[in-house]
Parts: sequence; C-alpha cells; structure tokens
Amino acid sequence: MTKAELIVAYENMLLAREFDHAMINLYRQSKIVGGVYAQIGNEASSVGTAMALQEGDIIFPMHRDNGAHFVRGMTPREMAINFLFRRGSITRGTDGTGHFADPEKKIYGNVSHLGAMVPVAVGAALAQKLSKSGFVVLNYIGDGGASVGEVHEGLMMASVQQLPFVLVIENNQYAYSTPVAAQTHNPRFSDRAIGYGIPGVTVDGTDIEAVFSATSQAIEFARAGNGPTIIETTTMRMRGHAEHDPFDYVPKELLEEWDRKDPVLRTATLLLNKGASESELTSMQQQAKSEIEEAVAYANTLPAPDAAEAFKNVFFQ
Amino acid sequence: MTYIDAINDALQYEMERDSSVFLIGEDIGAFGGAFKATKGLYQRFGKDRVIDTPITEAGLVGAAIGASLFGYRPVAEMQFSDFITNAFNQLVTVAATTAYRWGLPVPIVVRCPSGAGISGGPFHSRNPEVWFVHQPGLKVVCPGTPEDAKGLLISSIRDNSPVLFFEHKRLYRSLKSEVPSGEYVVPLGKAKTARIGKDLSLITYGGTLPLAVEVAEAFAKEGKADIEVIDLRSLVPLDLEAILSSVRKTSRVLVLHEDNLTAGFGAELVALITEHAFEALDAPVKRLASFDSPVPFAPDLEREVLPSVRSVGSAVEELLDY
Repeated sequence: MTKAELIVAYENMLLAREFDHAMINLYRQSKIVGGVYAQIGNEASSVGTAMALQEGDIIFPMHRDNGAHFVRGMTPREMAINFLFRRGSITRGTDGTGHFADPEKKIYGNVSHLGAMVPVAVGAALAQKLSKSGFVVLNYIGDGGASVGEVHEGLMMASVQQLPFVLVIENNQYAYSTPVAAQTHNPRFSDRAIGYGIPGVTVDGTDIEAVFSATSQAIEFARAGNGPTIIETTTMRMRGHAEHDPFDYVPKELLEEWDRKDPVLRTATLLLNKGASESELTSMQQQAKSEIEEAVAYANTLPAPDAAEAFKNVFFQ
Repeated sequence: MTYIDAINDALQYEMERDSSVFLIGEDIGAFGGAFKATKGLYQRFGKDRVIDTPITEAGLVGAAIGASLFGYRPVAEMQFSDFITNAFNQLVTVAATTAYRWGLPVPIVVRCPSGAGISGGPFHSRNPEVWFVHQPGLKVVCPGTPEDAKGLLISSIRDNSPVLFFEHKRLYRSLKSEVPSGEYVVPLGKAKTARIGKDLSLITYGGTLPLAVEVAEAFAKEGKADIEVIDLRSLVPLDLEAILSSVRKTSRVLVLHEDNLTAGFGAELVALITEHAFEALDAPVKRLASFDSPVPFAPDLEREVLPSVRSVGSAVEELLDY
C-alpha cells in the first residue's frame, strides 16, 4: 500500500477502535441499550477489505464491521445517533448497532441471523450481473456464521451463476464461547471454496496490506466476470461476544499472543516505515478520538425518536 | 382459460411490460416448472429473466430479496408451498423487516403451489399461509378463480411489499373461466362476493372457494337457504369491511379454509367478527377446516381430513338450526 493509502487505513482503523471504546464506556455507564459488539482486533480486516472497493461497489458488512462502515462513508455522527437510538437515526430507532442500510453509500447491513445475509448479498450481485453495472458485492461472515446453511446456498448460487461476489470470512477464533476447534474439523475456512470451484485464500487479518491486496485481487477478478472468491481473514476477537460477556473461556496466553499482533499498532509501524513521524501518528490518534467524542456528545443532545415512529413503515410507504 | 394459464398469462404480461421483472426458481426454465406455470417464458425471455437455480429455497428467495434492493421485481417460485419452510428465515427475518428497519421496498413475489387433494402426502399438500399472516410486513394473497389468479398476481408483482402468493394446485387445471386479456388488475385487500345471499355468510378463500359455491348452490337449489359466499382473495391486507357488512346482513357465519383448524386464519376471522359485529350475530361463528394432522397420503384418508361438500353442508345446517 502507498503511504497515502496507509494513512486512510490508519484513520479508519482509529475511528473504529475509538468508536468501540466510546460504546464500551457508555455500556458500562448503562447509557446504551442492547449489546455492544466490539471489533477490537479486527480493524485491519474490516478496513482493509472495504478499502479495496471502488466507487459504486456494494458492501454487506456484519454488526462488528464499524471500520468498513467508516471506509464507505458513514460518519461518526450517523453511527453514534443510531447506536444511541436518537431522533433522526438512520433506522428511525427501529434497529441498533450495524443493522442499517444506506443505499446512497451502497451499504446494506445485516440481520442478527448473519448467515441469512449471504443469499441476499448474492442477490445484490445477481442484480449487478443482470444490469451489467460493473459493480462488485463484498459480503462478510464470521467463523461462527459460516456454519449456517444459508451461507452454503448463497455460495451455490454465486458460484454457478459466476456472480461478482466476494465473501470475507472473518475468522476471529470464537463463535460466542465456542472455539473454531469445536465448530469445524477443518479450521481452514478458505478450503470451502474448493467445493464451489472458486478461489479461496487465507490471509493474516491483522496485516492491513495482506488483507487489502487479497481483497483487491478478488474484487477485480469478480469485476472481470470470473465469479466469486472466498477470503478468510484470521483475526482475534479481543473482547467478549458482546460487552456483557466476561469471555473467561479465552485463554490469557491466546489474548497475549494476538495482542502482540494488534492491527492498529502494526499499521502504525508500517506508516513509520514509510516515513511518517511519531507526531503525525499522535495527531491522527487525537483527531480520531476527538471526532468520536464530538459525535457521541452531539448524539446525546438529540431527543429520543418520536413515539409515532413505532407504528410507521411496517409496509413500505 | 385455466387457473394455471392465467398465472402464466400474468407473468408473461408483466415481463413484457416491465423489464425489471424476472423469474427465479427450480426447474422453471426450459422445463417450464413442475406444474408448467412458466411454460414458454424461458424460450421467450431467455435465461437472464427466467433463472434456474440449484435446490436452494433460502438461496433463491434471498437472491430475490437482494435483487429487489437494486430495482428488480423478482418473482420466485416454490416448487411446492411445503418447501417454503426452507426459505422461512429469508421471508420472516429479512424480507418482512426490511421496510421497517431500512425504509426500503422489497418488491418480491413468492409463488407457492399449495393445498391438498392430489394425494401429495404430508410434504406436497400444505396450506402454510397463516404462518406468514402472523409476521408483520408480509402480504398474503390466495386467489380462488382464474381471473383473480391473473389480476391478483399482476397487483402482487407491482406491490412494493413482499407478497406470498398461494396458488391452489388442485385448481390449476380444474378451474376454467373467462379471463380478460392484457392489462387486468385486481387490487389487494378487496374481497369479492362470490354469491349474493341473505341467510348465512360463508367466508373463505383459495382452494375452498369452489367448494363453498357448490354448497351454496345446492342449498339454493333445494330451497333450504340463500347463502352468501365471501371470497377474501387476500388475507393481508384483509377486507374487514366486506366481511362485517355481509355478517350484519346475514347474522350467521361459517368460516371455511383448507388449512388445518387450530390457530388457522379462521381463528382470526372469528375474533374480528365477534369483536366488531357481536350484536349482529344470531349464532356462534363456526369454523370448518382440515383436521389437525399432517395431510395423509392415501386418498381415503386424505378425504377424511379435508373439508367436503358433506362436512360444509352439515356445518351450514347446524348454523341455520341454531
């Protein structure tokens, strides 16, 4: 990646990390309802994959992929307003976390049954093929969600129709409390591509350059009409499933091992190697922190949604 | 025109008129579908508009939902309505909640050949409409005549909400009537008085409509009663006004459907009628539906569980004698 690309990556990873910290703090103060699903440890995967998209490409991220949202243009304010269920939120207060869509930004979020979104994202890719738009669909699933039958059905369709579709399997080692070893006999998730006759690749999900490069290749492969790819990014969920979860089932040594590969720190090192100065990095860190603080403060000034919203748009109006 | 030809005609008409309409399903292409509802459409419109899929009910309904987010109006076919269980999550979790959560239309139609009476056994005979009635955000349409099959299907395709379209497969080739050619729209949510009467309201939809009319005609012929038959046409949206106005006229109500009894759509109708028109009733509202069991395979057993001329007739007698 160029220095300019690395700066964009670092800025978005910082926003994602700061946003997580802000939501965790609010959760601890009981100022937020529902779950807080932090992506700490996963920033290089969500940011690096999303950065490989071109203008007009489509993204179906998961609930943890805040970094991907920021890359595709969601602002910290928009995110904070939805997470804090305020008036004017993109879901009108009907749904939380990353469960939103913004067609202008080509972002289509998820339902909690994450595997269910794979066939839907594949349908979006079908629409691109039918309309010859030239756009590619990037969709995400986790090591846990990848077990769901609908993922298989979606990949069957995407592969037989040779659709412009890329599935990122973010393997963060745990599905809630269940380790990969208890989920699958073959821990290499990208091997599943073999069954569909499509390319599959595993990359270090804490290495922004490896993630960006693999995804860029898969996207251009798809755009050229060669069909889908599975990219497995290996990462570690450094927090519980959500903040209520003490995640005492994760061995301490495992967390320490992954902590040494912290994707935000690794990206900072890459930037220093490209000639960025410590003070440049510090100012980027401060900038991200203050942007998130400002967004949360702004969201907190807004009232709750109008109660009448509860009764609107059950059917499209 | 037969009921199934009317469906084919509606599909062809909408595909000619609107290039955003495409069909997706199993064996619907060159083969023309298990029941031949899409016969000739692949040859006419090509593989990009009549899309054959692997055996992936969730996959193909999901694909329809995804394509609908990008300006398409997909019509998905379940080979048998029974297989919609495999796509249940896509419909109730994704399709039904998208307008509410995202403010986006999901203009898909899922066509479901449903119903018993052909010795299809437990897995080719279901009437699963009420599962979807319970989920806010889905429309549920059940045509009972060839002309409604066409007019309601055209409306469903043009609707911006996800529509479950239940075609009773026993009607496919057993019903034949005049169907207007070209543009023909029957709005969703408007019931039809299939037979005007004054002594009793027989409220039904879909596969049991011909049975209701047959019983009503027999009672008229024998001079026993003048039965009004209300064809609901769609369960969501529901034409409550038409139901109540018939009930207020006749004061006696039999609700009939082929789906099994317990927590079937009849239960909702009885609740609505007693809530809104209790004072008009001269007898308790009665339900007649299939026995609460899987639909059995052997013809002699299947006949036992389904509503019949005899069982509907005795229910009517009972109400008239009350």
